Amino acid sequence: MHGDHVDALVATAPDGIAFDDLRVDREGDRYAFETPEETHGALNEDDLRAVAADSPFVRNWYFWHAVAPQKADRWAFLRWLEDAEETALERRLENLADGVVSEWGQLRVTATVDDGGERRYHVRHVDDARADPAALTAHEDPRAARDLAKHDERGRYRPLKSAPTLRTGWRFADRSAADLVETVETFYPASVANWHREREGELDVTHWHETVERQTGIYGVVQTWDRGEGYEHVNWVAEACCADSQCLKRREWHYDDETELDVDGGDGVVPCREPCSVVIAAARQWTKLESEESRTYEFELTPSEKEQVEGIVDAVADGSVGDIREADVYEDANRYRARFLRAKRFDGEGNLSGAPTDRDGGE
Amino acid sequence: MAPALVIAAHGSHLNAESSTPTYTHADTIRATGAFAEVRESFWKEEPSFREALRTVDADEVYLVPLFISEGYFTEQVIPREFRLGGWDPDLWSSDGTSATHATLTADDTGQTVHYCGPVGTHDAMSDVIVQRAESVTGDPDIGEGVGLAVVGHGTERNENSAKAIEYHAGRIRDRGRFDEVQALFMDEDPEVDDVTEYFESDDIVVVPLFIADGFHTQEDIPEDMGLTDDYRLGYDVPTAVDGHDIWYAGAVGTEPLMADVVLERAADAGADVEAAIEQVRERTSGANPAAGD
Repeated sequence: MHGDHVDALVATAPDGIAFDDLRVDREGDRYAFETPEETHGALNEDDLRAVAADSPFVRNWYFWHAVAPQKADRWAFLRWLEDAEETALERRLENLADGVVSEWGQLRVTATVDDGGERRYHVRHVDDARADPAALTAHEDPRAARDLAKHDERGRYRPLKSAPTLRTGWRFADRSAADLVETVETFYPASVANWHREREGELDVTHWHETVERQTGIYGVVQTWDRGEGYEHVNWVAEACCADSQCLKRREWHYDDETELDVDGGDGVVPCREPCSVVIAAARQWTKLESEESRTYEFELTPSEKEQVEGIVDAVADGSVGDIREADVYEDANRYRARFLRAKRFDGEGNLSGAPTDRDGGE
Repeated sequence: MAPALVIAAHGSHLNAESSTPTYTHADTIRATGAFAEVRESFWKEEPSFREALRTVDADEVYLVPLFISEGYFTEQVIPREFRLGGWDPDLWSSDGTSATHATLTADDTGQTVHYCGPVGTHDAMSDVIVQRAESVTGDPDIGEGVGLAVVGHGTERNENSAKAIEYHAGRIRDRGRFDEVQALFMDEDPEVDDVTEYFESDDIVVVPLFIADGFHTQEDIPEDMGLTDDYRLGYDVPTAVDGHDIWYAGAVGTEPLMADVVLERAADAGADVEAAIEQVRERTSGANPAAGD
């Protein structure tokens, strides 16, 4: 950008410039140039060039108008990263010299500035905040984020990009503004667009009922789950799928635009504007399962066995089964403990306490 | 501003590699620089069909479904989820394999969307099937003394599914390159299980018309044809079955030349991508399939 910022300024000056503490006004065939550091009047073009050449305010103006992506949401995101709307440029440049840190899902983004006023960005996992850069695998191509986002730490496929299971151990260093946005959008697709829409008061939320009504094909059955008898089932769905422990987006959709769900939507910076495909696919299965009526079964369990069953459900629901040590027989969901319970309480057909499921019978 | 390309594909909640061909073909097109942006979007992954348009800067978008047949997904799901106002399948005036394109406006973003027919029913798809046969046999002149089976799902929910298979089988048969060409199906007659009964030729190349490798192409079809008793043990290419050598190609959608079909769809809808088409054909002709398998 050697001299480009000066050429651009001279080309734009006739229209006047007022941006981030830089003001250039046309006064007849002369220009006035004003920043918090200096004020000049009656400049001809050569004077303007001389004044602009080393001005960090001009380089800053140039970055935001000629280097940074111009799509409104991307631009606003980059401004947000350095708190541009709240912080004066001189202060911002000092902050950027140290690196300004933001979190976006599980991304830790550090914004910096080079000598030419161009922003450079660094991205790593929030849990790698203090990791030695040499210990993290360095990537440059934003598309590397595709593979990083595909599997969790244990190699399991992540169908939901906003699940809090992003693996660690990588970094993107010294990236351009355009690359940064693309990297962030690869980890969290559409996050920048929806975040920006929300800030502008234009987030197009589609609530549960409306989303379900739209479904066809194998998902059309979910429509039958809304029976006009309340929304408790949707509370359960949201609690199951949308808590921060499962998805880092902040759920903004409710049952319908008049009926708020009772469960917490989460604290994420990125809004969730409608039930996603994972929720709908799960809801299809629940619609089928929930068509069954409750039954009364008689099971014989010791108090500890009852609590163990509850503990196993908790461990599966919280994803903590894998953390239980092999010989930690004090944990309800320990494998030996579960095997003992099965050996003792299941009959040859796998029935708990020998009580048949009796699908077709009942009261 | 230059237009963007958005590719709409199925994706999967369960299979990590389902989306791989989509990304690979998008990368091929991206490298040509023909579009300001190229965005992959998915029914089951992210960005979703609902939110893909807002992630591109362009006011004008070419939307190409990476699907095999015309029907439920291309006529109902994709237009609905992309919020293409005023969509009506009649706008494609298709007989089931002759979809063209329609220009519509997205209700949520206001972008102009040239909604194209799926890759699977474009004429250029016949070339990809033939190239797939070349790839799997390693023979650029494959054809003489050889039978070609084009395999599809079958009717299930959509009669056009079989039409697309028969359409390409017919086109390739008419070229006279292969001694025999037969359309076969998984869930209707003529069935892929009986593949050897439909061919006289000693060598049979079997190309499934699927976008991505997965359960059907990697497990069902190899077992149904008798290439293996257990897909987990794998199979040889070729495998001898009933006195024939079967060259099983896996999903045609993983063939690099598929990127060309995506571009052809956009070109038919008015995109200025002739140079990119030349470039992609040159790059992907005779290339080894690298995507998703």
